[in-house]
Formats: sequence, C-alpha cells, structure tokens
Amino acid sequence: MTTVPESTETSRPPAAAGDAAEQRDICLEHVHKRYGDQTVIGDLSLDIEQGRFYALLGPSGCGKTTTLRMIGGFELPTSGTVRLAGQDVTQLPPHKREVNTVFQSYALFPHLSVEKNVAFGLERRKVDKHETKKRVAEMLETVQLSHLAKRKPGQLSGGQAQRVALARALVNKPRALLLDEPLGALDLRLRRQLQDQLKQIQRDIGITFVHVTHDQEEAMSMADTIAVMNGGAIEQQGSAEDLYERPETSFVANFLGTSNLIDVTPESAPVDHEFSRGTTVDLEPVRYLTHRAEGYAGPIRIGVRPEKVRLYATDQEPPEGDNVLHGKVVQSTFLGVTLQYLVRTAGGLELNVVEPNLVGNSAGTFGAGQDVQVAWDARQTFVVEGGSAGA
Amino acid sequence: MSLSRRRKMLPWWFALPGLLWLIVFFAVPILNQVSVSLMSGDPEKGYELTWSFATYWDAIRDYHAQFTRSFGYAGAATLIDFVIAFPLAYFIAYKAGRFKGLWLLLVILPFFVSQVMRTASWQLILNDQGWLVARMQDVGIVADDGRFLATGKAVIFGISYNFLPFMVLPIYATLDRIDRRLIEAASDLYCSRWTAFRKVTLPLAVPGIFAGSLLVFIPACGDYINSSILGSSNTTMIGNVIQSKFLNILDYPTAAALSFILMGVILLGIAIYGRVLGTKNLTELAG
Ligand SMILES: Nc1ncnc2c1ncn2[C@@H]1O[C@H](COP(=O)(O)OP(=O)(O)OP(=O)(O)O)[C@@H](O)[C@H]1O
Ligand SMILES: [Mg+2]
Repeated sequence: MTTVPESTETSRPPAAAGDAAEQRDICLEHVHKRYGDQTVIGDLSLDIEQGRFYALLGPSGCGKTTTLRMIGGFELPTSGTVRLAGQDVTQLPPHKREVNTVFQSYALFPHLSVEKNVAFGLERRKVDKHETKKRVAEMLETVQLSHLAKRKPGQLSGGQAQRVALARALVNKPRALLLDEPLGALDLRLRRQLQDQLKQIQRDIGITFVHVTHDQEEAMSMADTIAVMNGGAIEQQGSAEDLYERPETSFVANFLGTSNLIDVTPESAPVDHEFSRGTTVDLEPVRYLTHRAEGYAGPIRIGVRPEKVRLYATDQEPPEGDNVLHGKVVQSTFLGVTLQYLVRTAGGLELNVVEPNLVGNSAGTFGAGQDVQVAWDARQTFVVEGGSAGA
Repeated sequence: MSLSRRRKMLPWWFALPGLLWLIVFFAVPILNQVSVSLMSGDPEKGYELTWSFATYWDAIRDYHAQFTRSFGYAGAATLIDFVIAFPLAYFIAYKAGRFKGLWLLLVILPFFVSQVMRTASWQLILNDQGWLVARMQDVGIVADDGRFLATGKAVIFGISYNFLPFMVLPIYATLDRIDRRLIEAASDLYCSRWTAFRKVTLPLAVPGIFAGSLLVFIPACGDYINSSILGSSNTTMIGNVIQSKFLNILDYPTAAALSFILMGVILLGIAIYGRVLGTKNLTELAG
C-alpha cells in the first residue's frame, strides 16, 4: 500500500502480471542465504496464495525460521527476491512491510500492559485514538482476553501470552501473518485447543498465514498447503493428502509418517496404458502408475505406507492386481489398536506392516518366523527419486 | 511452631546478619552523629548534649549558598555524565561485540588510580598556561584572558570525570539485559529504529538511568576533592564546609548538622525524582 517509498520500486515488473499475480501474496524467487561460508538456504522459491494457511514443516535447523525472517524483513537474503503482493520488498526493513510476525518467544513488551501491547502497532501508524481503542477491544474479545487487558505480560500464562502476541499482530490487519512455532512452548492439550482457535481465526479473517512448525500433526491438521523443508530447500509442497499419499522424495516419505521404500529396476516398456513394472532385489515384479515415475531415468525407488499393506499366509490368494512380495515375519508386535509386523524378504528387504486388529486373538495373526506374502494395491504405490539418493 | 510458620520466619533468619550489620555500621554512627549535632560548646572546653536545634538553623542560614552550589554542580555533573554515558553504554551493549569486556575494563580503569591523584593530574593538565586551556580559549569555552582552573566549570568537569563509571555501568547492565527480540518485535510493528529506541529501549533502560543518576548525584553532592583541587574559594561545596568544620575548626555539631541537612535534602530529592521517573509512571508515559 502506501508504506512503500518510491525509491525501492525496481525497474523490474512484478513477476507474473495478470490474474495469477492477484492471487499470489508471498513469493520468494531463488532465494539464497549464507552465514559466513555456511549456506543455510540454497535456491528456495515458493509462492503462497492469498488467504492460504501455509505451513513450513521441517526438522530442526533446516532453515524454517530463516525463511520466515526473510519474509518478515529481519534477514536480508544473500541473493534472490522477496515479493509481497507482487512488489519487490527484498530491501525493505520490517516496519515497511505489510506483514506481522508472531515470534516464537512472543516478545511481548514487558513495560506495557496487554492492552498497550496490542495497541502498539496501531499507535505507531497513527490510527485514530477512538478507532484504536475499538479495534484493540474487539481483538482482545476475539482471543478471549478482555478480562486481562490491564495486566503486564509478566503476569500471564504461556497460552495467554501467546494469544496476546497473536492479537498484537492481527489487530493491524496485516496482509499476511508469519508465525514461528507459536505453539511450541505449550503443553499438548493447550496446543490442540489453540490450534483450533488459530485455524478458526484464520478462516474468519481470511488473511494469509505462514506457520512454521516441526510438528507434522499440527501442520496436517491446520494447513491448506504444507511445504516440507530439508537442508535449506523445499522438498515438496502440497496438501496434507498430496504429501502423505504421494510423497515425491524419500525424505518426505519418512518425515510425514513412515514408508516402506523399495529400490526397483524398471522395465523399459510399460505394462499397459496405466502401469509400468520393475523388479526388486528378489527379482519379484512390482507395478506402479507410469505417470508417477515420469522424469526418472535408471533405477527408481517405490514406496508404500505400512497401513496399506496386508499379510497373507502362503496358501492364501492375495487380491488380483496387488503387488506381492514374499518374506518371513521377523517381528510381530501387538499394540491393541493395531498389529505391527516386520517382514524380511530373501534379498534382505525389510517391510513394515500395520494391520488393524480385527481378529481379537492371537490365533489369526502371524508369528515370528512364519513365511508370508506381503501385498498391496498397486495404485497405492508411490515413486520417489532414484535408488541412490537419500538411501 | 507449625511448618508454615517456620517457613515464614525463614527469610528473617537469612536477613539477620544483614540486619546486624546495618545496626552496627549504619544505625550506630548515625545516632551518634545525631547526638553530636545537637550538642553545644566549643573546641577548647568540649561539647555536651544540650538538644540545641539552633545549630541546624544557623547551618542553613550560613551555608545555603554552598548547599545550592553543591546541588547545582552535582546536578550538572549528573546530566553531563548521562549524556556521555548513555551512548557509551549503548555502544558497549550493542555494538562492541566481543570487545565488550575490554570496553568495560577501560571504563573502570581510572578507578585503579586514587581519585586524588587523578584529580591532581587534571590540575596540571588544566593549568593556565597549558595547551588544553589555550585550545579552550581558541574555541571560546574560556575567555581569551580567562582561566579554566578554579572555576565552577572545572569543578563540574572534575566531578563528571570522576563519577562517569557509576553512570555507565548500571545503564550498560540494563541495556545489555534487554531482549533483542523486543526490538525486532517493535520494528515488526511499524517502528523505525529511532521509534523502537524511544518506545522500547529507552523505557526499559529507565531503572539503569535511575540507578546511575543516584550513584553519581549522591556522592557528588558531598564531594570535596574536586572543589579543593580544581576549584577556588568561590566554588566551595558543602562537602568542603563539612570537611573544614570537622577537621580544621573542630566544630563537630555544625559538621554533623550540615551532613544531616544534606542527607535530608537528598532523600527528599530522590523521593521526588523516583516519583517523576518512577518505573510505573514513566512506562505509562512511554506507552
Ligand atoms: N545468525 C546466524 N548465524 C549463523 N548461522 C545461523 C544464524 N541463524 C541461523 N543459523 C543457522 O542456520 C540454520 C537454519 O536455522 P533456522 O533457525 O532457520 O532453523 P529452523 O528450521 O528454524 O530450526 P528450529 O526448528 O530448530 O527452529 C541452522 O543451521 C543455524 O545454525
Ligand atoms: Mg526456528
């Protein structure tokens, strides 16, 4: 809006003018970040659409905070461009960006009351006093903290402080809200409760949320789009379902839930118009949807989720069209809700199997040492990158 | 005694050594001096307690000029020290990086030399024929034929110089403790660097400024070394009066009375200062 001085406008036009650009709220283009000679972010590009709940998910140290800080303006990318609403803001300081941040530590001003903390941004922008008062009161209502308006931050619980931080950012009606593990310090029950609240607020207000977390369940339950980060790059982004059912890298396959990954040598010709086929180390055939292996040359790696796999005794007939591997049960664990098996094939492939507990007694289950067939619907097979990567 | 009673008593037991210390080394001398201040007599025949409050009124009547001068000099020195110390402390806390320790050492280094020695060497440096005074004459701080030594300015300079570390250290300590993320939060909430400084850093540094001001102002009010070494008979401070009453004229009651008047005025001053700058009020002002 009006906060951007003219001098910062570059001669370069917005990346994608036209309809699509309207939708794009936050955009990183080939961003790199180095500290000394350590590359923390290497060539990261992402697009976040207006009104999305976007989660950055990844293990500790993968660069989530750094990415968020570059969007907020607290870190300058070593190279690359940051755009907000199509406008290049790479060089703009935080106070000139139309985004607000909820810090991991909350960073509430200890010398100001809850009310004054929330009013802080509005007062800096010289919003009319009356209006400020009204909006602060409304926002405190939204986060259910009206009764604590006069307190100092030192007198709040963790959950209350978190909600003040949220209110302090949201009251400014930013274009996007950046949240750095805002629930990280809270206990599980409160976290679930605040997740619901946060999601509700995001839906009501309709602004873009970029939410950093390393809790996959949190990301899956809240976000429209999840980007899985690893080692300073985005491995894959998509809906929770995309990422879970069709992971594209070994890392994603095992970071969100667990997967059985099997190295496969593909046959050159597809089986039919849908499927292709390859062979495992045991020289057993497995089929997968051809389009999922597009772009891979040479050995590939396929995967399947443990709960998609079923065990059959050697004398049973698995359903037509399933991929079937043969092996021995190495370990069998009764977990109440589920039964878990570890099966090893002759060639040394290890497969995890999770079966629902439908039988109710150990008679119907497979014990260690038993020969079994491991089978799953070929359509449930996903394909990740080639054999050597991420092994 | 019940357990909870005992728990409540515990802190008092911990405080006991401190309380004894206060009684022996603070209360006893004070009470002793109070009684001295109410005595009358003369150096030859000796003094005895006559509850003579007149000493106080006489002291105020005779020495109000020196009182006023003391507060003026001390106030000016406190202000000067604040102006110098705040940026210095800010620099050390935020910009000195790994040289922090070195800078702090430099700040307190003068303390390793006796105050009298340091002040005396300034007397040499500031002598009327010296290079420094000549330069000050050039830029007009001192009149062309004037001198710097033996003026009020020289005394204020000496006090400022001697007490500067007392201002730097507490301000540094509070600034250093401020969470940097608060500054980031402020800048996230539309504060330029300057506004973030005004609205967050400064209010959070108030306790340090308060402590530093007291640590400079209080001893400066009673100081006599700077005035005796760098000043003249026109710059006599109340500390000089007390010292000479006590050591030269042996008028103990007046010396004691002057001390208590000084103490009373300072306490009153602190109360008012604390009210104005008091953590509560100021933070509200900043909001
Ligand atoms: N100021 C800095 N100087 C040097 N290295 C840094 C700096 N800030 C971050 N790093 C490094 O950058 C990498 C990414 O850090 P970042 O804080 O972005 O991780 P993260 O994904 O947020 O991790 P976490 O989940 O633990 O918060 C880390 O290896 C970290 O050591
Ligand atoms: Mg982080």
